[in-house]
Amino acid sequence: MLLNQFLLLAAVLFCLGVYGVITRKNGVMVLMSIEMILNAVNINLVAFGAFNGTPIGSVFALFVIAVAAAEVGIGLAIVLLIYRNKKSIDFSEVDILKG
Amino acid sequence: MISLIAQITTGDDLLVAQNIFWWFFALVTVLAGIKVVTTDNIVHAALYLVIVLAGVAVQFVFLGSEFAAVTQVLVYIGAIVVLLLFGIMLTRGSLGDDQLVDTERRGMGALVALLLFGLMAFSLVDGFEDVVLPEDTRNLIEVEVPIDTDIDDDEFIRTQRGSDTAAIGDTIFESYIVPFEAVSVLLLAALIGAVVIARKE
Amino acid sequence: MSDFLRSYLTVAIFGGVAVALVGVLLGLGSFLRPSRPTATKTMAYESGVDPVGDMWSQSNIRYYVFALMFVLFDVEAVFIFPWAMRLETYGYFGLVEMAIFIFILVLGLAYAWRKGMLKWV
Repeated sequence: MLLNQFLLLAAVLFCLGVYGVITRKNGVMVLMSIEMILNAVNINLVAFGAFNGTPIGSVFALFVIAVAAAEVGIGLAIVLLIYRNKKSIDFSEVDILKG
Repeated sequence: MISLIAQITTGDDLLVAQNIFWWFFALVTVLAGIKVVTTDNIVHAALYLVIVLAGVAVQFVFLGSEFAAVTQVLVYIGAIVVLLLFGIMLTRGSLGDDQLVDTERRGMGALVALLLFGLMAFSLVDGFEDVVLPEDTRNLIEVEVPIDTDIDDDEFIRTQRGSDTAAIGDTIFESYIVPFEAVSVLLLAALIGAVVIARKE
Repeated sequence: MSDFLRSYLTVAIFGGVAVALVGVLLGLGSFLRPSRPTATKTMAYESGVDPVGDMWSQSNIRYYVFALMFVLFDVEAVFIFPWAMRLETYGYFGLVEMAIFIFILVLGLAYAWRKGMLKWV
């Protein structure tokens, strides 16, 4: 198998995630798009690890997954806090700095 | 791209089967990914995300990284998607109308994504045009296994190729012990943050 | 093609057979059974009484902490697997490292417990 087929698939997923982050205004959907971006990065890490013959790629993917778990936890908590204060999770309305 | 097509059509039958499977799973992953970012129904988006994550797990298997694939299923599909569904259930009432999930920036978003993809695809094709992965991409280490667990003697130990998991464990505990401990602090911080937010009612 | 991926061919065949079996059985069922939907039949089932209110109801934010704790201890389990595979090689060093790792996460559990988040309301 070619290295490039994995890298290109990861690039497609990454760009889909970027598109989602830009266009979505529902906070939970933005988080889903971020998950896709992180997965694209994981494919790259594992692919290069396989290419170089080291398990370090998988180890880094593992750390990325662990960080993603914490990121989703806190991200959703922030979304819930915005929802409680504004009764809406429309991110395009969250544009004031003063609470 | 030509080398990709050439690779599919040449080689033995099983290699052809492998490439067909790869393209099938890649196609399913990308189509589900498109649905994640375009569907109007937020619950459907979460369920399509499950397909994307499963597709990525299949890619990990193709790359010979079984433990990463299992982790992907266990943590992403088993836990993070559940958390996202919880988030949907806790906020659903707000955007009751499913039509309101997108902003008016679709054209701009598509432009940015396409430009980004063009740039990445160009540099990838330019940089790694015909780089071929090794035949067996697994990272295995020799592990010592007792032949008979009742006898505690060095003579009754044979070495065999361990799994991907053992190699990952060795790497973590030899080189990445500080990140490993830092992860636990990060998870602790996430839990305390969520408790503080959930309490303030 | 490597032996490793060839062994996964079995998994692929198994998955294909599972999907085909379910598809054939459900397809056969929908082909054979009569279908006469009425308004009463398609109503959502709510333990025999007429369904009340919207399909979506807001759940309590306190449940979110349970979901998050599940995710965190799931991640913890993932890090325990590679350690357990090579337990004897790492010896006491590995044991102490894993004890610190688990202790830090148990601190979070203790905090949630102390703040009364584990009570089911």
